[in-house]
Amino acid sequence: MKLQKVWAWLAILIGAAYFILPLIATFEFSLRMRRGEYSFDAYRSVFADSQFRDSFSYSILMAVLTILFGVLLIVPTAYWVRLRLPQFRPVVEFVTLMPLVIPAIVIVFGYLRLYNSSSIIPFTGSARGTDLLLMFSFMTLSLPYMYRSVDTAMRTIDVNTLTEAAQSLGAPWRTILFRCIFPNVLSGVLSGAFITFAIVIGEFTMPSLLNRPAFGPYLQLIGANRAYEPPALAIIAFAITWASIGILQFASRFNKARPPKP
Amino acid sequence: MTVARSRPLISRKTMIDWLGVSPFIVFSVMFLIAPTLYLVTGAFLNAEGHFTLENIAGLFTPKILASYSISLKISLASALGGALIGFFLAWAVVLGGLPGWIRSALLTFSGVASNFAGVPLAFAFLATLGRTGLVTVILRDAFGFNLYATGFNLLSFLGLTLTYMYFQIPLMVLIITPALDGLKKEWREAAEILGASNAQYWTRVALPILFPSILGTFLLLFANAFGAIATAYSLTGSTFNIVPIQLYAQIRGDVLHNPNLGYALALGMIVITGVSNLIYIWMRMRAERWQK
Repeated sequence: MKLQKVWAWLAILIGAAYFILPLIATFEFSLRMRRGEYSFDAYRSVFADSQFRDSFSYSILMAVLTILFGVLLIVPTAYWVRLRLPQFRPVVEFVTLMPLVIPAIVIVFGYLRLYNSSSIIPFTGSARGTDLLLMFSFMTLSLPYMYRSVDTAMRTIDVNTLTEAAQSLGAPWRTILFRCIFPNVLSGVLSGAFITFAIVIGEFTMPSLLNRPAFGPYLQLIGANRAYEPPALAIIAFAITWASIGILQFASRFNKARPPKP
Repeated sequence: MTVARSRPLISRKTMIDWLGVSPFIVFSVMFLIAPTLYLVTGAFLNAEGHFTLENIAGLFTPKILASYSISLKISLASALGGALIGFFLAWAVVLGGLPGWIRSALLTFSGVASNFAGVPLAFAFLATLGRTGLVTVILRDAFGFNLYATGFNLLSFLGLTLTYMYFQIPLMVLIITPALDGLKKEWREAAEILGASNAQYWTRVALPILFPSILGTFLLLFANAFGAIATAYSLTGSTFNIVPIQLYAQIRGDVLHNPNLGYALALGMIVITGVSNLIYIWMRMRAERWQK
């Protein structure tokens, strides 16, 4: 038993070294901008860059829109499938898993061929249209996470009884959906939202190939041209991921009535 | 329609039922199924729109085969490394008798790190193991060990594999920890009462039960690495010819000088990630039998 504990500690120490060293190194590198001393110059330079502010706010706006439309698509669908079309569930589950199976670059390749400016639906013909297409592509990327978390939350409530109760009190569909079902699956919606946020903020492939000024392509551009700003940006990106996943885990722990034993 | 009202082909209820999921159906057809089908059929057509197998045959040229082989190698190596190290980390926190806070710290960190991929990850590893990275510099100044003199290069097979493992290991930890939790104490006790040694318990009882989970997760990691592009692209630019980068260059500017060959390239990716994901799902269903 003693030996087992030694091995366990060893595994954790090696793992911790592998995971923490790059973070320390990145942070140290980001402070090296001024010769001979540590400073936050790289961060100052990043925050002063108008392109950083533009691309970052663009990506945040995109993330918010993606979450909004994603929720509006997924919650009613998951609800309706549970209530009226249980036989359709395996199909929905399979389709929502597809974005994990088909690489993002392949999906966006298909968009570029199907929705170019000379096609029937010319999404990429205008900047606004491309933004719309980009939002749909982000929705596609977040589909597996969004659907799973909403569906898991819906499993814990009795959709049929809730609906019947609301109907017998004379509630119209809109009220049932937004004031009955929605609040009950809020924990699932929130965890789906935060993971979507983390995905959309850093996504490179789709905005890059659709030529939209998002944060991911901006990061790549800075990486190719600057020395000390990239590590500073990596630290910022890590902090954002940490914040969104941290809030997610906190929220999901908070939402459980009885937390499982550790 | 009056005809439909007098003798409806499908009942009103069925119609409403399907109307409720129609936004989802429209969305998935437009943004998932149609684009994929377009590429898949395009892979079997020539420039004039006739059926051909030429594009598929075109994949078996040295340049494209080389990029598939380097992609497969990196995905296999990073999935193997990620699965092995991730398994030991999960084993350490579940069965190693470590304090509870280490387990929750590892799981929380894994949740973050498995999502910390793409361009920033490349920056982090450049700052760590690049030519002027912290670890490289410390090894050189404090230990007199010149990493780059040994032929190591971050922009290579080994470097990229090491970088990918940063999101592969946490993913393995997240998926395999519940499986290890599912190993019942009674199985171990029963094995010990029957006189099994620790090694026998692992090779005859625990590992066979865990095998579907481990193999399945390995395949998931493999597909995960195979489709990834952002990290490799910002580490190496377009010089390192893994399949996604080749496809990226093809989408940008038809470097293969044949659009339909590009579709075949995409089809190859779908087939590889698709098959490994299907086996993963199948394996997970098998694994769940033991987790009830």
